[in-house]
Amino acid sequence: MSLDKEKIKHVAKLARISVDEAKVESLTKDLNSIFKFIEQLNELNTDKVEPLTSILNQSLRSRKDDISDGKIREKILKNSPKENEEFFVVPKVVE
Amino acid sequence: MSKEKFDYFIKGEKGKYEVVIGLEVHAQVLSKSKLFSGSSTKFGANPNNQVSLIDSAFPGMLPVINEECVKQAVRTGLGLNAKINNYSVFDRKNYFYADLPQGYQISQYKNPIVGEGKVLLDMPYGPKEIGIERLHLEQDAGKSIHDMDPSNTYVDLNRSGIALMEIVSKPDLRSPDEVNAYIKKLRSIMRYLGTCDGNMQEGSLRADVNVSVRKEGDTNFGTRCEIKNVNSIKFMQMAIEYEAARQVELIENGKKIDQETRLFDTKKNETRSMRSKEDAHDYRYFPDPDLLPLKLEQKLIDDLKKSLPELPDKKKERFVKEYGLNTYEANVLVSEKEISDYYEEVAKLSDKKLAATWMMGDLFAMLNDRGLDISKSPISAKHFAELVQAIKSGEISGRIAKEVFEIMVESGDNPKKIIESKGMKQQSDPKELEKMINEILSKNKDKVDQYKAGKEKLFGFFVGQVMKLSGGKANPQLTNEILKKLLKG
Repeated sequence: MSLDKEKIKHVAKLARISVDEAKVESLTKDLNSIFKFIEQLNELNTDKVEPLTSILNQSLRSRKDDISDGKIREKILKNSPKENEEFFVVPKVVE
Repeated sequence: MSKEKFDYFIKGEKGKYEVVIGLEVHAQVLSKSKLFSGSSTKFGANPNNQVSLIDSAFPGMLPVINEECVKQAVRTGLGLNAKINNYSVFDRKNYFYADLPQGYQISQYKNPIVGEGKVLLDMPYGPKEIGIERLHLEQDAGKSIHDMDPSNTYVDLNRSGIALMEIVSKPDLRSPDEVNAYIKKLRSIMRYLGTCDGNMQEGSLRADVNVSVRKEGDTNFGTRCEIKNVNSIKFMQMAIEYEAARQVELIENGKKIDQETRLFDTKKNETRSMRSKEDAHDYRYFPDPDLLPLKLEQKLIDDLKKSLPELPDKKKERFVKEYGLNTYEANVLVSEKEISDYYEEVAKLSDKKLAATWMMGDLFAMLNDRGLDISKSPISAKHFAELVQAIKSGEISGRIAKEVFEIMVESGDNPKKIIESKGMKQQSDPKELEKMINEILSKNKDKVDQYKAGKEKLFGFFVGQVMKLSGGKANPQLTNEILKKLLKG
């Protein structure tokens, strides 16, 4: 796989990272060399190997359906960009 | 019942077009707490009061899955005759929106908890099977409120993290009517199972609607558009009609349909492109590193299967067999679990067929007028059964029964008491009726002569006189018999 400049810009946009036009060139180069390094793994035959989703040999932990959290609005809303007693307030996002 | 033929096509100038619809239904899982946090799921709480540090995506928080939500998804899968996957994986679906604090939704992509299944619809033109592609578990997002402030959006995260089941159908639906039947059937199955309350007003059931069109007879699918987040059956139907017509027009004018996400504007009754969703399909899914794969023991699945309640399709069969109802009646009476429970209680105590007729007639009309669910019916099943029996035994006529019914609704009294206290019993004594009818005939000699001379329409006049004189209480069947007999003589 190789990335071109357009792809770099697209991924940056999706990730909401602003990338300086001047930096796109070097970023493309860097990322491509990282990809090249990773792609060495393709040399191994993994046809009969299950994909590894975790290095821990255990299954998903679960919990009972109990209400044990919430009611901490004041704490939560401390991170709201604008102050309001009940809601997070953000710049208008509407279609 | 004569079978109608399927006939839903969009007529263009260059021919008929078939509409192909697939639905992604988002059903809120009935559980006390959220999918990955211990916050309450109760509807209608004060804003942001049911939000934990996990739901608001504070750094370092670890999601822990709610075992009840998993069971609910399995139950629903079983109710959809679907394959339950013993192994499923949670993935991150990445996108940015103000009501999604994590910047990703935990969902299931390649390995959903439930695989293929099917739902059976009863259409006027016969049964139709709709394929289910998959069902997966995912988190709901928060709620954005745009109309509280001209320049800001308010965000309530109470809904953030509540478990949803996304039920994806195959593109098997062909008309707004089928969509209506499909949603109602899904809702009914989930309400029987107790896995989703199906409350569309509260947003517990919403759908993304995929629509494409193709010339009648074509086997390839056309380009589809996805209409996001429609929250009522009526709006789904309106959106489909608008969207299908729009696509046909584009095709006929030689234009291309862009595969895109659209929204349905309920005020203007039109769909339009959501530009912000241009990159929406670039979600960059990957397995959530915070969550291990979900492995289900076969025993758990088997045990859940054994504990499932009787579902609408089975119940319908039983109603036909056990109570002698026709398919239509059985269909209506099993549509909601509460309705079927009410009916069974009534049917145990009264005539089964008559009970069905009166329930689907007067009782449903009354509930509908008052906007009540059957669980809030002012008439109890026991009282309703007594009314049905009073009709069946001939104690009161159908006409009087309607009056008794009205009084029952207002007073909540039992029908026996009403019939007795108001003297509404039907006059079924042949001797008394004969006496009354003779009186009427002798007062109307001229009409009797006319009747005998061939003016048979006058029969209705005599019946009317009997009803008038008896205050509507004369047994109609008996009245007819006696009148015929006396008029012959």
